[in-house]
Amino acid sequence: MKDKLHQLKLKYEGKKMAPAFNALHTFLYTPNETTHSGAHVRGADDLKRTMNTVIMALVPCLIFGMFNAGYQQYIAINGAPETFSLFNDFLTWSNFLVGITTILPLVIVSYGIGLGIEFLFAVIKGHEVEEGYLVTGMLVPLIVPVDTPLWMLAIAVAFGVVIGKEVFGGTGMNILNPALTIRAFLFFAYPTWMSGDKVWVHGAKAGLTQAGSTDAISGETILGSLAQGTADLSYSLSDMFYGFIPGSVGETSKILILLGALFLIFSKIASWRIMVSGVLGALAMGLIFNGIVDAGWLPTYSKFYTLMSFPYWQHLLVGGLAFGIVFMATDPVTGSQTNRGKWIYGFLIGFMSVMIRVFNPGYPEGVFLAILLMNVFAPTIDHYVVRGNIKKRLKRLKTATIYPKTSDEVDSLKTETA
Amino acid sequence: MALLSKKDSKLVLDPLADNNPITIQVLGICSALAITAELKAAVVMALSVLFVLSMGNVAISLLRNIIPSKIRIIVQLVVVAALVIIVDQVLKAFAYELSKTLSVFVGLIITNCIIMGRFEAFALGNGPKKAFLDGIGNALGYGIILVIVGFFRELLGSGTLFGFKVLGDPVTKTGLYSIGYENNGFMIIPPAALIVLGIIIWVQRSRNRALIEEA
Repeated sequence: MKDKLHQLKLKYEGKKMAPAFNALHTFLYTPNETTHSGAHVRGADDLKRTMNTVIMALVPCLIFGMFNAGYQQYIAINGAPETFSLFNDFLTWSNFLVGITTILPLVIVSYGIGLGIEFLFAVIKGHEVEEGYLVTGMLVPLIVPVDTPLWMLAIAVAFGVVIGKEVFGGTGMNILNPALTIRAFLFFAYPTWMSGDKVWVHGAKAGLTQAGSTDAISGETILGSLAQGTADLSYSLSDMFYGFIPGSVGETSKILILLGALFLIFSKIASWRIMVSGVLGALAMGLIFNGIVDAGWLPTYSKFYTLMSFPYWQHLLVGGLAFGIVFMATDPVTGSQTNRGKWIYGFLIGFMSVMIRVFNPGYPEGVFLAILLMNVFAPTIDHYVVRGNIKKRLKRLKTATIYPKTSDEVDSLKTETA
Repeated sequence: MALLSKKDSKLVLDPLADNNPITIQVLGICSALAITAELKAAVVMALSVLFVLSMGNVAISLLRNIIPSKIRIIVQLVVVAALVIIVDQVLKAFAYELSKTLSVFVGLIITNCIIMGRFEAFALGNGPKKAFLDGIGNALGYGIILVIVGFFRELLGSGTLFGFKVLGDPVTKTGLYSIGYENNGFMIIPPAALIVLGIIIWVQRSRNRALIEEA
């Protein structure tokens, strides 16, 4: 296989389709050519390996999402089991079958369309295929509702890759996170498929009914019911933490996201500064809202009351906040680059996510909007951080006293630099 | 015998493509974003600008030798304002519903950069016949982009063209809607116009590479 690819690569060298073969080759194997002159440090962790590490961190979320899709459908039809057992009720083949038949097509469409466009642009532009879509293609199926129609996903992916990335010059040049561009496109183009109580359970739109009755099944996310003012939750805190709740495919299980986060931090792929400050930002905004409610400034009939009185730390357990902060905000291309910038960038993402969550009348989730907004501001933040640093050092130079050097020292310096 | 000399036909044809006021000079973007959700509004807007720009160009061209250059902007504004008020009143009288859709944007033709730009750049220095042709050309160049953007936005956003349901009925699920197609709500909102416009500019410049500016 490896030799065959080598031969194919040589055969097509200099031809129009060369980038496509090169991409396949380097995706599977280490390149077989090296630089011919000079000394170089060679590392195995090129962009493709980096991307693969992120994908590895995402796989648990994907598999959990498959089981959860089946489980949510099961409890919507048959009601929640009285005593929940992980192996008898959740990790069952029937749950997995429902999940894999609905979610695998999403993954295939996402990768098929996205990589197809990447290959096409590489051949047109005549340069190598860029790796950027590997992670995006995995993120996209994880941040949409299970029942998203495949043609909608295909259009959104095409839009996101072309308008979100290729027009700016491809991987590394994009201003907005492509996966979130795709999500935002779906949200604005087809709002009825992105929110409400019919999209989170597989088959609800198609009109599946509850067992032994003619009532159609439905399932609302926790944030959705909070936004409608329903304060009593049927989900326990451990349900939220482990992820047995309705929501987008990969966002529900906080424990697996946490594991993914630790994996990314220890492999030094993602920035812990952004994650920590994002969590702090969300907590800060949540505390402010809780404070307003506790101070009695908000009448109980206000439509924001239920969401604002939602305990501040529980915001981290519901919706896509955790997933967004760990996997989307830490995108090295669209996030802040400076360390101090990362603190500001992450904090504002968390802060605004919770704010949009509470005040957005149409849709009770704001993480993707908050991250997209901060993507736009990331270069500005970096600019001022760098400027501030220059100013600080200039000031230090002004106040510093520079002692005159003796002629011996000057001579020794000269020989050093010579 | 040709109706127009080669030079004159260039005045009309150039702004349609290679010197388009919207895609090349990037003028008059506001109205292009605001009123292109429906094709009908886009066409009416294009016709209004056609009237104002061609008539205004002729008027300014006739006055060009007696306008003191210090107050020429005020004179130009008076001419545009007069013409725009005529258009506005005609619309209100004969197409009231449409004038409500276009709302403030008919009035804002006064501030449309394309119009003042043509007055300044062309009508003040050329005779009435040439100015008239230049006005027609630039207004058509503006209109053609408006119609293209309006076509895609109405077709994809509402599934209609000029209000006719060309893709079937979304409520009774006929035509394309019977197999699960849905209208794209994104195309209705103004940011979509910016993206469609961007794609037109992209296509135009990759077809004619001479138009690409030096970075």
